[in-house]
Amino acid sequence: MSEILEVKDLSVSFDTYGSEVKAVRNVSFQLMKGETLAIVGESGSGKSVTAQSIIRLVPTPPGKFIGGEIRFNGEDLLQKSEKQMESIRGKEISMIFQDPMTSLNPTMTIGKQIAEGLMKHQNMSKKEAHLRGIQLLKLVGIPTPEVRIKQYPHQYSGGMRQRAMIAIALSCNPKILIADEPTTALDVTIQAQILELMRQIQEEMGTAIILITHDLGVVANTATRVAVMYGGKIVETGMVDEIFFEPKHPYTWGLLGSMPKLDKEQEELQVIPGSPPDLADPPTGCPFVTRCPYAMNVCGEHMPSDTSVSSTHEAACWLLDERAPKVDIPESAIVGGNDIYV
Amino acid sequence: MSNEREKLLEIKDLKKHFKLDRKNVLKAVDGITFDIYKGETFGLVGESGCGKSTAGRAIMRLYSATEGKIEFGGEDVHQAKSKKMLKEFNRSMQMIFQDPYASLNPRMTIKDIIAEGIDIHALIQSPKERTARINQLLEIVGLNKDHGNRYPHEFSGGQRQRIGIARALAVSPEFIVADEPISALDVSIQAQVVNLLKRLQREHGLTYLFIAHDLSMVKHISDRVGVMYLGKMAEIAKSDELYHEPLHPYTQALISAIPIANPRIERSRERIILEGDVPSPVNPPSGCSFRTRCPLAMDVCAKVEPTWQEYKEEHWVACHVYDENYNAEHKARENQKVERIHV
Ligand SMILES: Nc1ncnc2c1ncn2[C@@H]1O[C@H](COP(=O)(O)OP(=O)(O)OP(=O)(O)O)[C@@H](O)[C@H]1O
Ligand SMILES: Nc1ncnc2c1ncn2[C@@H]1O[C@H](COP(=O)(O)OP(=O)(O)OP(=O)(O)O)[C@@H](O)[C@H]1O
Ligand code: SF4
Ligand SMILES: [Mg+2]
Ligand SMILES: [Mg+2]
Repeated sequence: MSEILEVKDLSVSFDTYGSEVKAVRNVSFQLMKGETLAIVGESGSGKSVTAQSIIRLVPTPPGKFIGGEIRFNGEDLLQKSEKQMESIRGKEISMIFQDPMTSLNPTMTIGKQIAEGLMKHQNMSKKEAHLRGIQLLKLVGIPTPEVRIKQYPHQYSGGMRQRAMIAIALSCNPKILIADEPTTALDVTIQAQILELMRQIQEEMGTAIILITHDLGVVANTATRVAVMYGGKIVETGMVDEIFFEPKHPYTWGLLGSMPKLDKEQEELQVIPGSPPDLADPPTGCPFVTRCPYAMNVCGEHMPSDTSVSSTHEAACWLLDERAPKVDIPESAIVGGNDIYV
Repeated sequence: MSNEREKLLEIKDLKKHFKLDRKNVLKAVDGITFDIYKGETFGLVGESGCGKSTAGRAIMRLYSATEGKIEFGGEDVHQAKSKKMLKEFNRSMQMIFQDPYASLNPRMTIKDIIAEGIDIHALIQSPKERTARINQLLEIVGLNKDHGNRYPHEFSGGQRQRIGIARALAVSPEFIVADEPISALDVSIQAQVVNLLKRLQREHGLTYLFIAHDLSMVKHISDRVGVMYLGKMAEIAKSDELYHEPLHPYTQALISAIPIANPRIERSRERIILEGDVPSPVNPPSGCSFRTRCPLAMDVCAKVEPTWQEYKEEHWVACHVYDENYNAEHKARENQKVERIHV
């Protein structure tokens, strides 16, 4: 598979109240043509900021790019002017946001918002864009699209707004689709349809997808590869099976462990005790050190380096150092045995 | 035993219609009937736009009902007889909102946000007691008293959701509508909030209406679950029974679509993918509202609306397949199983 995007050593900070929030710290990953890379991780770990950096939608200020490169088509997106970015955004790379209410314009009909990109990037006439808009709304499962296209975002339910966002994002057949929690507001039958829709579009047009989600079921269903983020860093990456069946990082264990087990009665769900690090003053060593049940002295002092577990799997944890004691995956993190209902 | 349990809420034929313009009426909630027992968690799930939030809001009286009745402890909430009773309803029923970012006033300190209800209801007079109560609430939800002087933007999503929970608890409610309280949170924080809600329920005897679309979380937290489709209730059963023996074809599809966090299972899983669009609540199908997407639909489904019946003990369903009068037609095709599309 050929690479379509490479993020190298990306660091992004925010200036807030006299401190610098180091939201993304030395993040590197590649995206292959036609694959789905899922990014999972703690809330506030920098998933959205990483994604927004790719299409340069991080507000600057307060945000600032500290370093790194984002290579797309052989060029560094971080070096582009805002004007150059405008012709990439929505056309080559488009994004579906976490919160449809703040990203849709409340004073504009859904139809106008879809037509905007089509008229700008595809040189469609107003009429063509309107008709295509109806098609797109139908595609994402909005009933009576001829009527709904004339409505405003507040007249849509939460889920419909998200589908309208997807219609906008897909309108110009982008090469990369970044989906930040695209199905969070949707129920599962529509989620299944939307994921299926994204898969179809991916197959037909070879779109590469970056999917940010906290639903590990969705990850299991759609991802080719998975990157796990914690405290502004990627702590583990691997093929989807490697992350679910041979996870190496204690945070990944905690994450897998905190899902409700469908096949077991549990009074209490497993939680990861403690709270995430203050990114204004992140630990010098491993970001997970304050919550990790396996933390050793070295963990707080030195950042663990990315250690290869296989050609496709790496994790940044001192437990993978040959001098560290052998630790087995805790039972709570072992994936399996989930029965299926129907 | 159902008859020994005390009903806290009785929702009878509740309707909430929105007038869109002169011609069109959107039937967001169109005649739902169910009870919520004291001390239980009633989970409400269903398609996006099926009316869950509207139902929750009508129960809370954030919307006036178009038709129907909601009784809370035997009193009709939409017909409060006195100002005093109205205030009492306002206190005993609280809501936790989906969006922990938008639901807290950014210009208020955490302690004032939490004490809003206490102040409105003048539940506490002395400033000292007020502070003590706020600190107690902060502790209950796992925050500490220093947090009281801070502002919402200084907190993470999970912490904000805890603040929302503390605010709801402040007035000692009996009943809480939690409208997607964990959807905006990530998995490990969801677990914290759900554990917190369960603990508070045990300790304070709270009753919850838990609206969500994460079906595995709903199963974990709920005693009984109601499934809505296009403004109507399709099925209600005890949580375990609903997941293992769903009756309504929509529930069957819903449960088969739950993504399971196991890539091997996901790859080999057979899934009922529903065909077709969700019909518009402005112009719902005749007869059964699910018939346009139902893999089992019969002729009668387009003509007659299925009745809401207790098909098995404590297991309610509205579907002609379970209707004595019509299921002959269904039996004739008994061997014709639901077609499961391999995904
Ligand atoms: N505009 C901003 N101003 C200041 N800080 C910000 C801004 N946007 C993000 N941050 C901070 O950057 C960090 C990373 O945020 P980000 O939104 O990327 O998290 P996330 O992983 O997407 O979390 P979630 O799962 O909750 O969406 C957080 O500490 C956040 O508070
Ligand atoms: N104030 C309103 N005016 C007009 N229509 C509305 C209003 N509020 C909701 N609706 C419509 O009522 C229907 C039910 O909406 P509701 O928000 O209750 O759905 P929901 O089940 O909570 O969906 P979701 O899972 O997407 O939150 C939708 O068709 C919605 O567009
Ligand atoms: S009543 Fe008919 S259409 Fe409705 S769900 Fe049952 S079988 Fe399907
Ligand atoms: Mg995010
Ligand atoms: Mg809702």
